[in-house]
Parts: sequence; C-alpha cells; structure tokens
Amino acid sequence: MIAPNTSASVQSLTLQIDGKDVSCRSGQTILDVARENAIDIPTLCFLDGLSLWGGCRLCMVELAGSPRLFAACATQCAEGMQVVTDSPRLLAYRKTIVEMLLCERNHVCAVCVSNGHCELQSLAQKLGVTHVHLPYRYPKLEVDSSHDRFRLDHNRCILCTRCVRVCDEIEGAHTKDVKGRGIKSFIIHDLDQPWGEAESCTTCGKCVHVCPTGALTDKGTAVAEMAKRRQFLPYLTQMRETHS
Amino acid sequence: MTVATLPKAPTEDKRWRIVEAAMRRQGFDSHALIESLHSVQQAFGFIDTHAMAYVAKALRVPLAKVYGVVTFYHFFTLKPQGKHNCIVCLGTACYIKGSGDLLRAVEEKYHIKEGETTADGELSLLVARCIGACGLAPATVVDGEVFGKPTHEMLMKRIQSKLEGTEAK
Amino acid sequence: MTPEELQSIALKKHEENGKFKHCLHVCVGSGCCSSQADQVLKNLTDGVKKGGVDKDVRVIGVGCMGLCANGPMVSVDDNQPLYQHIKPTDAPTILNALDKAPPDEMVCDTDQPFFKRQMQVVRENSGRVDPEDISDCIAHGAYASLAKALTTMSPGDVIQEVTKSGLRGRGGAGYPTGLKWSTVAKASGPDGRGQKYVVCNGDEGDPGAFMDRSVMEGDPHRVLEGMCIAGYAVGASKGIVYVRAEYPLAVKRLNKAINQAVRNEILGRNILGTNFNFDLEIRLGAGAFVCGEETALIASIEGNRGTPRPRPPYPANSGLFDCPTLINNVETFANIPPIIARGSSWFANIGTEKSKGTKIFALTGKVKNTGLIEVPMGITLREIIYDIGGGIPDGKAFKAVQTGGPSGGCLTEKELDIPVDYESLAKAGSIMGSGGMIVMDETSNMVDVARFFMEFCMSESCGKCIPCRVGTCQMHALLDKIYNRKATPGDLALLRELCDMVKATSLCGLGQTAPNPVLSTLKHFENEYLERIQTSGATNAHGPSAHNGHEVNA
Repeated sequence: MIAPNTSASVQSLTLQIDGKDVSCRSGQTILDVARENAIDIPTLCFLDGLSLWGGCRLCMVELAGSPRLFAACATQCAEGMQVVTDSPRLLAYRKTIVEMLLCERNHVCAVCVSNGHCELQSLAQKLGVTHVHLPYRYPKLEVDSSHDRFRLDHNRCILCTRCVRVCDEIEGAHTKDVKGRGIKSFIIHDLDQPWGEAESCTTCGKCVHVCPTGALTDKGTAVAEMAKRRQFLPYLTQMRETHS
Repeated sequence: MTVATLPKAPTEDKRWRIVEAAMRRQGFDSHALIESLHSVQQAFGFIDTHAMAYVAKALRVPLAKVYGVVTFYHFFTLKPQGKHNCIVCLGTACYIKGSGDLLRAVEEKYHIKEGETTADGELSLLVARCIGACGLAPATVVDGEVFGKPTHEMLMKRIQSKLEGTEAK
Repeated sequence: MTPEELQSIALKKHEENGKFKHCLHVCVGSGCCSSQADQVLKNLTDGVKKGGVDKDVRVIGVGCMGLCANGPMVSVDDNQPLYQHIKPTDAPTILNALDKAPPDEMVCDTDQPFFKRQMQVVRENSGRVDPEDISDCIAHGAYASLAKALTTMSPGDVIQEVTKSGLRGRGGAGYPTGLKWSTVAKASGPDGRGQKYVVCNGDEGDPGAFMDRSVMEGDPHRVLEGMCIAGYAVGASKGIVYVRAEYPLAVKRLNKAINQAVRNEILGRNILGTNFNFDLEIRLGAGAFVCGEETALIASIEGNRGTPRPRPPYPANSGLFDCPTLINNVETFANIPPIIARGSSWFANIGTEKSKGTKIFALTGKVKNTGLIEVPMGITLREIIYDIGGGIPDGKAFKAVQTGGPSGGCLTEKELDIPVDYESLAKAGSIMGSGGMIVMDETSNMVDVARFFMEFCMSESCGKCIPCRVGTCQMHALLDKIYNRKATPGDLALLRELCDMVKATSLCGLGQTAPNPVLSTLKHFENEYLERIQTSGATNAHGPSAHNGHEVNA
C-alpha cells in the first residue's frame, strides 16, 4: 500500500493528459487526476475507498519518453508528465483484457441477475468487444447459495478482490480471501467452507455491493434485477477519516 | 506485549508441542504464519483445516487468510502423503533429458496422476520444479533419497522395492 | 570478538591444519550426496581412525567442486589428485594411495579445460573449506573483509568501493549494486525510526539452476559476511535470508553458520568490537517461483500470499514492514567480501566494460560436463559449451542454448561467439538471468521447450493480474495445440498477439517475461512451429478454431 503523502507543503503540478493541460497536487495518481478532469480511464479492480490492488491492468497508460506502460491507479503524477490514455495500442490491450475475463469463466449475461448493472458488461460494450477471439475455457464452477441472504457464483467472478478488501479493510471481518493461485484462484470463506457456515461473516453485505459483476448477489433477485448500491463506501471512508 | 493466551491444541498428539514451540519462538507474531505452517507440515506431513484453525487462533490471523496462504504455496499439502513417495524433477535440465516420460511411466504403472496418492495410501507421486541436482538429470527422489539418471526400469524397480520393503538397507 | 582475535583464530586453525600431512576434501553438496558422498565421507573418516592415522590425515566434507556429473568427487591435498566417481567402497583404495601414485582410473584430469578455463572468485573457497566449521572458514579469510570494512572504512567508503567495482545484480536484471545500496543508504524509514533491512534472495526457483544453492551449501559464511557488510553500508541492523524450503541442506548449513557466527560475536551486538549491530535470521520459502520478485518476496516474508504489488514505491524506499529494504541475490552478496578484500579496481579488471567480475552458471542439458562453472564475464558461449562443457555427447549436433530460464531465451549456433555479458545476451534476444544454462541438441523440439516454460509460468503465476493469469493459460493451450498438430495459422497469429500483450501489460517480471521463451524460439525456429501447423481443413474436427471467434452474450 502506498503511504499517504504526509508532507506539509503539498506541491502543485502540471501535466498533460491526452494533450490537455491539467494541474494536480503532488501525491495524486494519474487516475485521480484523469477522473477529476472527466478523462475516462477504465478500471475494474480499483475502487475509491479500498486499498490499491493494481491487478486488472485496464488502466494502463503511456508516458512520453518510456517504452513501458504504467497503471494509472498506481502511478503518481510528476511535473511535466505527458500521459496518453487512449492510443490504439492501449485500446487493443484493453479489449483483450476484457476478452480474457469473458473467456476465463462463464459469463452469460442473458441469464444473469446483474444484466444491465454489470461493470464488466458495460466495459465490454464501451470498448466495442463484440466478439471474443480467444478460445472459451468453459470451466465447471460452483455456485455457493449456502448463505441466507447472499449468493456467490464463481462463474461470474473476475477475481478483482474488491470483496476481499472491503471485508477486511472496511468491515474488519476478513471472512473472504483467495485460495490457490494463477488460473486456479478462487474466492473463499474462512477455511474454504460454504459461505453460510463461515462464522466470521457478519452478513453486512458490503461485498455484494462492491462486486462489479453478478458474482456476488442478493438472493431472491431475478434476471437483471441486481443493481448495486455503492454509495456507502465513500461515505464510510470519509466518516472514518474525519473521526480518526 | 501481552502474553498470548494459547488456544488448545486440536488433539492430544505430542507433535502439537513442536508447533507451539515454533510459534512461541517467533513471539506468536502474525508475520510468522509461514514459519508456523512449516512447523505443522514438518511435524505432521500435511496441514489440515484443524491445524489451520489452531495456527490462525494462536497467531490471531483470519481463517481465510491462513487458508489462502496454505493453498498459495505448493510446498504445503492439505492431505496426508502416502507411506512412500516418489518425486520426479521437472526442472528444465531434467525435462530435456526425459523426466516427462519417467513421470508418465510412473503415472501409468500406479494409476495415479502427479500430486496424487494411491488408493491404498502406499505411494505418493510428486513433481518438483527443480531439486537442484541438474547434474544428475533426469533426477528423481524416492523416499528422500535422490536417484539420478534412472532408466524407466531402474526407477520402477526402486519404487517397487520400497513398496515391498525388500530393500537391503 | 575483536579483529585481532579473529586473526588469532585464523592463525591457530592454520597451524592445526598444517599439522596434518594430508587433507581429504569430500564433496557433500546435494549433487554428490545423492550419489552417496555422505557414505564416502563416513567410510574415509572411519578408515583414517581405524588405520590410526587420524593425526596425519584430515577428512572434511566440503561444498560443490563443480563437476557434478562426475560426482562424488574427492580432492586430496588441493587436487593432488582429484578423484571422481567415488563409491563408498573406494575409501580404502584412496587411503592406501595417499603417499603413492594414485590409481589412474579414478583420477579426474584437472588440466582439462573444464577446470583451466574457469575463474573462481565467488566459489574460491567452495570445495576447500569445511562449511560447518567457522574457524576453518576464518582460516581461509572469512570475515576479514568485514573486519576491514568496519575498522578502516566508513559506510560511504564501502558503497563507493562497491560502486567502483561495477558489480551488478546477479539475480538476472543486472541492476548496479552500488546504486541500489546508495538508494537504501539515503532512504529514511516511515516513522523516522531508521529501521532498515537487508534481505538475501535465496529463492532460486529457475528450473535448471542451482548456483545459489551451491554457494549457500559450500560457503555459507561468505553470504553472511556479504550481508553484514551491506548492513553496515546502508545502515541496516537486521538481515533476513530467504531460502527455498526445497533446499534442506542449504538451510541447515546457513542455520549452523549463523549460530556459529553469533557464538563468536561476529553477528549480534558490537560486531568485532565496533558499535555496529546486525542480526540475521532465516525465512523459508514455500514453493512459489514468483517470490523471486522482490515485492512478492517481501509479502512472503511478512507471512502473506506471495503476490507482487505495483512499484514504485521500490523496496529500497518502502519494503519489508514499509521500511527501506536492500534486496540482493545470494551470488551478489557473495561477491562483496572479495571486492572489499582486494579492492574495486582488482574486481573491475575482470570481465567486460559494462559487466564486471565473474558469473556462475549451472551448465546442464545435452553437454558432456554438466555442473557448476564460474567464468569471467565476456567469455563466449562457444568456449563455455565446447571447451568447459566438452561439447555435445553421443555425436549429436548442437542446436540451441537456453539462458535465463522461463524469463530468458534460446540462442543458436549463430550467436555462440557473442561475449557473455548483460548487454550482449539481451541484444541477442536472451538474458543473463540468474545463471541457468541449458544446452539442447538436435533431438530437442523447440515447440516442446516453449510449451514447457509456458506450463511453468502458468502454474507459477500468482493470479493477481489478468494478463498473466489468463494469458499464460491461453498461450499454453495454444502451444499445446501447435505441438499436437491441431493448430491453424490463426492460432499462431493469436499466440504472437498474446505474447506482445502479456509482455506489455503484466504486473510483474514473471508475466512480463513469460512470453520470452516463445518469442525467442519463434525467432530462431519458426519452421518448427510452421511444420506443425495445419494449413487446410481438419480443424473443425476439434471444435471451432480460435480465430473464428465467438459471439459475446452481451
């Protein structure tokens, strides 16, 4: 985690994003500044109020003078930086990333409770992913419906770990984590128990509402009914900051 | 720092004292999770969910985190191993010299896949990423003894003699 | 202990060793031990006792002598002679031949290029000292450099000396060591406590590489000394050696070495009578290649899943427990004592303009002399493979040499005359890497080799970032399809596309370099790919091929 900038004198910086001059405070990331200036950089694992993850790689941008790409969520602005967020190369990579997610597990929007409210779906639409040119893997995955109120469908999970982070960092329960590694990674509860048997779960439901897809949902919702309410997170973070 | 109230060990088994001692040496520090898990694996040969719950409680680490760590590292195993084991090294040098074929031969003969144990609990077949005996490629380890450059027949014979306990040693 | 006491230990041990008429060195590295070297050692020790010559003949177990293929090795009085392929039953023969002409059939020719073309700097004491006896190591110069640094040099002097030597990280990337040290020296902790750490990366995970293991097993005190000097230079009082749990012998020897050093007040408080304090402990890895990446290694030491995090901040500024952390590889630390002892200009004279010193390689695969070699930078691959390695066995033809493991690439006949240094290897499409060097002959299939490395990366991917998690899996499936002659030209195009994408977008070095073995085999051996690609029909038998695409269900 990046330590917050505690230096007393916050510097003002100017930089260019997609040819547009913008200014910001030192310590801000490229993503922060882009969003303040209504420049759209797509993200999936990033969520304001949770710790930095840097795993989805959708927010990769180009910096003038470097052949490497940089994750906008994890890169602090510097004076005179020239950022490109929408080159054809970046757009192609983003499309491939979304395709990789679509082929990794089983995303069938037509029968998904989150249809129309899904960040992965809207991202695919925005990026123009009409076809997946990677082979689908069609893994056989389980749905955990053991909890009274919530459901975890591994078929829809993109392993962004927002649920793991909100459970640990905001709720403080740390019921969720990731087991295994690589392509065999899965979200678990406690000792890989059915969610309903995980004693540490407080049934707060925060994980459901930060989940970008239909992986975590309220029980009893029908197709396209599962809209997520995410307003609580900035509110909670803000309240904690002012009271600490 | 307050002295941790130590949770009760899952069973009366004396080996839990080894685990407890290992955790005590590290001051029951939550950062010593992996060291503690090593001590469980060394004492018992595997780490089951009872052991994970015990370590989690003693170090005050969330259960899900312990499970996540155990399953991340391939050195840790959740199931008891067979009485005997055969490790086939799949490092580059060994692979180039045909360890893949050796592995398949053992798999076929004992009807197990890599990482599995025979139904009678006698033999576990494991693979290693590199045991660092590249000079002896293809390298295998049978019951802890490195066995370098074996032919298929030699390896089968070695395993069989271990299984039957007919080895002279 | 004071530096004077250190010297008197050395003198005393020298005197003791000098009383023996003969000294037998038995290699008890992991390689030789697997051919019963431990039993050879026992039989020799017993034989000496039984023969009543234990006052005249000293028998010790030592670290790797290099020529692992001919193990177990026994060296009499510094290779006068060197015996090879020794069985436990050969012990009496060796003892009987001590003052006579040695039996020719057991003697290993030390005039052969395998020995003559090498240059031992890091491994100078491996095979000579008893790694389990600190006084024997001290008698061979261990901790003299530490004494010199602590008593005659300032931390700034030490860093300057390391910088001037031109030493670069031996873990693979070749980052200038002096620059890293000065960054950590300048960094301040998160809360002004000034706590800093020195971490030794001994998580040697490259399949086909065992250089670091042999250094840790054969001369553990050299690694500890290097870390100690680093601690002094950067202002760290704590050090951690992160070792693979798969190296039990290295762990045992390091543990023993640390305990002996503590007992002799070479580690701990007021080291060698100065006000410098340095504690060392061992942390075990648990089987995750990705933990060789420094941020993942830190996560692992902290007791977490070994997943990397975005950099910056770099560990030099914010590493272990958010403190400035110096992470170097085993071989890098092992280079420090000779640099301090003999001076930076001596070291800078070895090697090429930009790559100084020597490098240890694990020379394996289809080559006659497999084992560990230490060579000056700038030597050519041809010299390594044909002179030191003795060429390709069984009358087969050379095809390629792979360096850098799963992050590296293959080089062919055309590139055999390039000098071995960081830049030349990179320019030729491979990397120096940590030192794995695998020779392949005409029977090796390069698509299979690429598939092997991709399978490795897939199973070692931590799963945090999507390009590596899904990309390695997709690329592996494509390589498998190509190898099994079920792929179309579209599949090959897709493979190339994914290589580019995974390289550019992955979070850490594992993903960023995972495509390298594919790219380099594609560059040099494209024909082997093409000959397995189906150019017409038949694809539908195995389901729709990739490039036809699938409707998105959106």
